[in-house]
Amino acid sequence: MTATFSTAKRVLQQLLHDRRSLAMALFLPSVLLALFGYVFHAQPEVFSRIGPQMLGLFPFILMFLLTSVTMVRERISGTLERLLTTPLRRGELIGGYALAFGILAIGQSLISTAVATWGFDLGIDRPGEALVFALLGSVVGTSLGLLASAFSETEFQSAQFMPLVIIPQILVCGLLVPVDQMPEPLQWLAVAMPLTYSTEAFSSLAAGEPASERVGELLVLIGFAIGSVALAAMTLRRRTS
Amino acid sequence: MTEPAVQISALEVSRGSKAVIDRLDLRLEPGSVTGLLGPSGCGKTTLIRAIAGVQKIAGGSVTVLGSPAGSPQNRHRVAYVTQASSVYPDLTVTQNLEYFASLYRRDSTAVNEALETVDLHDDGHQLTGSLSGGQRARVSLAAALLAKPALYLLDEPTVGLDPVLRRDLWALFGRLAASGAALLISSHVMDEADRCDRVLLMRAGQLIADASPAGLREQTHTDTIEQAFLALAEQETR
Repeated sequence: MTATFSTAKRVLQQLLHDRRSLAMALFLPSVLLALFGYVFHAQPEVFSRIGPQMLGLFPFILMFLLTSVTMVRERISGTLERLLTTPLRRGELIGGYALAFGILAIGQSLISTAVATWGFDLGIDRPGEALVFALLGSVVGTSLGLLASAFSETEFQSAQFMPLVIIPQILVCGLLVPVDQMPEPLQWLAVAMPLTYSTEAFSSLAAGEPASERVGELLVLIGFAIGSVALAAMTLRRRTS
Repeated sequence: MTEPAVQISALEVSRGSKAVIDRLDLRLEPGSVTGLLGPSGCGKTTLIRAIAGVQKIAGGSVTVLGSPAGSPQNRHRVAYVTQASSVYPDLTVTQNLEYFASLYRRDSTAVNEALETVDLHDDGHQLTGSLSGGQRARVSLAAALLAKPALYLLDEPTVGLDPVLRRDLWALFGRLAASGAALLISSHVMDEADRCDRVLLMRAGQLIADASPAGLREQTHTDTIEQAFLALAEQETR
């Protein structure tokens, strides 16, 4: 367990030395949210329909990218190979990464939820709950990024996982067309994708439904986060050719 | 008889259909410095990775300190320094060493000792990425020293270092061996062989010689290890 914490500390120390990445990770979702709101300036009814979901979507994309690239960099630089010869366990390594980026995600979500609540009228009257789902968006992004990094040998490959993993989710998550109005195969696909649940949760939040309506989404998203971290740890190979 | 630090029998490693290491046997004793020399691409790094337990092997067995290579108990007792300095460029020297110390359950005394040993005690607060290649290599070495392992696997640790530092590091390797550790040190610089207790010459995935530096010169009737290597390589192809 100590090794998990010291790995998380090390990852955060690295981020602190890279102020530009840190600033982008913290503020980019808010900036994108502001841009998104401005685009729909003349159509407030559209913004109120698809704006709140961005609170989960933007951190999901950013953390996915950040995590997968960081992890692949560790693989390329040789530090991963070295770590795998130390007493550090694979679960502790992945757990340390998840913890460090989870802490970053809290900061990011606090800022973007504050911007959404007080900066724009997003129609969310429960900022606390919005924060929970924004945080889950970034945590699931982080854990999927860890998982994707297990399948990429180069930074070039991991950058290409972004469109592969993210864009289909944006298309079928119910943001463009409600899930139940899509062809059946796409509906099955939507069920298997975490962004669908994040989108549903924010839609329900914006519609002012009671919290009990969102327990299912909450549990599924937590399940996705835990499942992909566990898979990432299992797919990390100690021996390579 | 003491337990060997490394016992390899009939090791085979292949990449595709090509054999990178072909039925190799090797035994390393504790308390000695063994040089692993040979041209680049001959399989030195692959052999070291197999002993570190991070190489997929096609056959044979690698036993390190009585347990299979890469087993959990060995990860406390074996330190592997890769050829590229595998430390974090975006951390300070001290932050790097503190991280590795925490993995090996060592305290800050071990960090300071290791910094002192590689002569970097004034550079602890420097960003590792801003150091020269030679300094980074020493940070990487220090991260292995603080583990106080029983077996050091050092892949080209002296590449790009100035002669004074190289001499100091070889003196350090001698002291580590005197305190009971086994060291396997690869190099493609043949004249470094003279500083080892034992020299392994490797070529195309096989050991073509295994002797003391003096023994090797005598055996091949040559004056330098480089000439010895050439003589042996020619014998092979003949």
